[in-house]
Parts: sequence; structure tokens; C-alpha cells
Amino acid sequence: METVYEILNSLRPEFDFKSSKDFIEDGYLDSFDVVSLVTELEDHFDCIIDALDILPENFNTVASIMNIVKKNGGKCEE
Amino acid sequence: MYRNMLDFWQETIKRDSDKTALRHRELSLTFSELDQWSRAIANELYDRFPESQNRPIAVFLPKSPAVYACDIGITYSSNFFSNLDIKTPIERISNILELMKPLAILTDDVHLEVINQIPRNDIPILNISEIPHDPLQRHQKELERRLGSQIDTDPFCIINTSGSTGTPKGVVLNHRSFFDFMQWSFDTFGLDGSEIVGALSPVVFDIYDFELCLMMIKGATIVLLDAELAAFPVKLLEEMQKKEVNFIFWVPTVMVNIANMGLLGRLELPRLKTVWFAGEVFPTKQFNIWKQHFPNTIFANLYGPIEITLDCVFYRVDKDFKDDEPLPIGVPCHNTDILILNTRDQLCQENEEGELCVRGTSLAMGYYNNPEKTAVAFVQNPLNHSYPELIYRTGDIVWRDEEGVIHFKGRKDSLIKHMGYRIELGEVEHVIVNKLKLVSNCCAVYDFGKKQIVLFYEKREDVVAKDIRANLVKVFPRYMVPDRYEEIEELPRNTNGKIDRLKLSNQINSK
Repeated sequence: METVYEILNSLRPEFDFKSSKDFIEDGYLDSFDVVSLVTELEDHFDCIIDALDILPENFNTVASIMNIVKKNGGKCEE
Repeated sequence: MYRNMLDFWQETIKRDSDKTALRHRELSLTFSELDQWSRAIANELYDRFPESQNRPIAVFLPKSPAVYACDIGITYSSNFFSNLDIKTPIERISNILELMKPLAILTDDVHLEVINQIPRNDIPILNISEIPHDPLQRHQKELERRLGSQIDTDPFCIINTSGSTGTPKGVVLNHRSFFDFMQWSFDTFGLDGSEIVGALSPVVFDIYDFELCLMMIKGATIVLLDAELAAFPVKLLEEMQKKEVNFIFWVPTVMVNIANMGLLGRLELPRLKTVWFAGEVFPTKQFNIWKQHFPNTIFANLYGPIEITLDCVFYRVDKDFKDDEPLPIGVPCHNTDILILNTRDQLCQENEEGELCVRGTSLAMGYYNNPEKTAVAFVQNPLNHSYPELIYRTGDIVWRDEEGVIHFKGRKDSLIKHMGYRIELGEVEHVIVNKLKLVSNCCAVYDFGKKQIVLFYEKREDVVAKDIRANLVKVFPRYMVPDRYEEIEELPRNTNGKIDRLKLSNQINSK
């Protein structure tokens, strides 16, 4: 979980991801961030995220991000 | 004779009154509905400013049908519009307003609060949420009389673009230069109003104006695609499928992303007939993925700075290119002449590199309230000693091959194209060093492979990358904020003692 927060913080240090309930609704991640985030997640958790899984509902919270990493075979600890 | 975009619009609303002009999410507006709304705004403008014409009016709204209604309404009032980016930091908006001194700012209930925080020297605000859509046409006669006195070199809009000293430049574009570009698009690509345009550009881009004109002149339908969709291309493509989009004019950034994600084979877009792209180099590898998936679609690479009204050179990609072979920028649009000038201001030979300069009706009127910058970029044609004739110097270095096709080489200065926006890296540096005084020396370069702005800065005890970034997001729009920060002991200098940008750029781009 902390790893995902670290990745998010390195992408957009100006936002407090821990206080957000929905990153997409709060406008924390734009198209560039999503691309970078997916690359970082794939590198960190050694997986390939299916393009059809790159949907807003899979990137709006840390929990949903971890779910989608796991679904795509990533080794993601709680 | 057509003198004003509204001359075309009148014909279109008669011809296509019940056709859909705009679609946005679940909302759709016909041409006559959009026209009524626009006229209501024009009426209100006339009520408030009966004496004013040919003045800029700023629009502070998110991308939505309201922006189109405002822009057409402003045109009805014999003034011209300048759309602002609601996500731009307050300070930058304030700089733009200070330079432009618009007659008014149009906004809605939701954005009133934001605009009230912006220092704006008593520029009046008009809340369009309070204007009913179908009022009595109180001032129709007066508005028509005033429009009758407009000429085709009166401005249609102002587009703000990055300037090296920290304040954006406002490019003034007139009606005639848009007619010129639009006529080329009809003649060359047969655009005829049957287009269903997948409009992804922000309202501050020139592509927005192109789409607006295509709707106004030919009655094309515009499908507004929210910028948020670009982050999730699956959603973007689904929306295009659902709304049967058959024409797109995009910056390559998002197209590259879609190609890299491997989505094109998995979501079909059978209706896509024409694809234009412009604003930056489209890497051929990703372009080829698009071309393979859409063998019957027409693809065209367009090139041009906003100072010559959208684009001046185009290339219809009708042959194959290898992945490592760059796409040419092509040949001049009709009624546009391209001069490639060497450093002695002589015409270049075949294969000789020089600066691309433009001659034609397409030239902007200049930069608003900025005669100094105007005089540097819009200059007397050095080949013409007999009468006044302006050319626009783009600062782009290009060469022409044996077949007359022009190829892009690079820039004379530090200007880059990033996410479709034009950015003076010098402006980024100027603000960091002189305005915010975050570090004493820095240099921004562009990583073309990763499409990132990289900031090199000289080490200072009390400054870390996070601080620089945190300060920059307050003054710059997102696309101008460097993506990577590299601290170094000392920046490389060339023999004149100037920071050696080229060396740093080579260092980044040779990896």
C-alpha cells in the first residue's frame, strides 16, 4: 500500500493522496500521470496491466489500484 | 461577399436549423438552439456595452456547449473572443487579463467564485447562467447594423501562447485568415459538413477554432470529448464509437498513447474517415500502428504556428514510412507561400536548412498590445524591396527535398511543443530564476523520447526538487511544469559563458 502511495507522491507531490477519496474526481491524475503511473506499477510489481483495465474506476483509490495490479498478476502486498 | 464568420453562420442555421450542432455527454443542441443562445448572449452584451465593438471579451468556462454559445454571441456583438483555460493558475490568468484588458469576462455560476479571486482591475463580469436562452431579440436591429460595418480583417479571436518573459502573447486572428484556411480544407480534403467531429482539444487551442468554424460554415456536428477521457483511452474510444465520430483533428500525444496501449485492434471505429494531427511530431512507429488499423482512412500531418492561423503546410500520408523514418511536414496549403531563408536571408537551395517563413492571407494581425514582439516576428519580406509585405518568421528550421516536400529539423530557440502546447523553455527558466528566485541558475530541456520537460538546476542548500515543483504548480499551467528535476553542481557553459542548453539536451536525448 505504501509503495503505491510513494509512486503517486512522486508523480504529483503537490497533492495529498491520503486525504482524497477519489483521485479521478479530485482531478489528481491527468492523462500523462495515468500513463506514468501504469508504467511505474508495471515496473514495481512486475506485471502488465491490460489496456482494457485502464479505466477511471480502477484508478480512483489506492485499494482499487492494488486490485487491478493483483488482477493482472502483480505481486502487491497489503 | 463574406466578411464575417456570421455570414456563413446565417446560411448554416437556415439550412441545418434542426440538425445537431453540438453533443456533450447526454446533452445535444441543434443549430437553431445554439443560435438562440448565442443571440441571447449578444443581446446581453449590447445591453451592457452598447458603445463597444472590436474589443476582446474573455471567456472563462470549462469546455462545454456554453463556450461555443459565448464565442458566437461575442461575434454577434461585433467583438472578438479569447477563451481562457480555467485550470491555469490565477497569477497567469491575471497576467493575460492585464495585457488584454478585455471589455468583459463571461463566466457562469460555478466559476464566478474562482474569477472573483483573480486580480482583474475592475474588468466587468457577465454571468451567463443568468441569461435566459430565448429572450426577445431586443437589439436585433442594432446588432445587425453594427455587424454590417464589420470588415473581414476585423479580429475573430485572440489565442494566448507562451512568451519568453513570463507573460503569454495574445495572437490576434481575423475572420479572413480563417476563411482562407477553411477554404483550403474544403478544397483539399472535401470537408462538407457531413463530419461528426470528435473534439478533444481544449478551448484555448487553435484546433478548437477550426472545429468551431467547420460547424459554423458547413454545419458539421461537434462531439465534445472531455479532456478527462484522454486519461482513459478505452472510455474515449467508446464515446467515439457511440457517437459515430468520423473526423478527428488531434495532437499526437493521445494518439501515441492509444497506439502504445494496443487498443486499436480491440475497439473498432469503423466510421473514422479522416484523421488530422498537428502540434508536434508524430513518431512514425506509433503512426504506423494507426495506419495499419485504418487502411481506408485519410491521414494528414499538418504543421504551422498559430501566428499563421492554424497550419500552413500539410502532408497527406499516402505512402508507407519505415518506423525510423520521420514523417515530412509536406507542402504549402493553397494561397500560402513558404520561404525557407538561410542566415543571410536568402532563399535556401534544395536540401539546405533554413528558417521557415510564411507569406499570405493567413498571417495574424500581430500580438495584442505588444508592438515590440510583433515587430520581431512579423517582418518585411527580405526578398521584396519594392512595397510593404509582411512575412512571419516561425523560428523553425526545415529543409525542402528534390520533390518540393518540406521536412522539419528543429528550432532556432528554446521553444518546444509539449502535449500540444507551445512552451518557451526560456519562460520556465525566467520564472524560476528571476520571478520566484528559487535557484540562481537553471536550464530546462526537452526529453523527446519520454516527452518530458527536464529541469537542470545548480545545487542550493535549502532547495529540493519537491519545493521547486510545489512553487511552479502555483504559477504555471500543468503542461509547463517540468516533469523531472536534476540537481547538478554546475551547469555546463559554452565559450560565451552562456548555459549550454544544447549539451544538456544531447545528454538527455542520446540515452
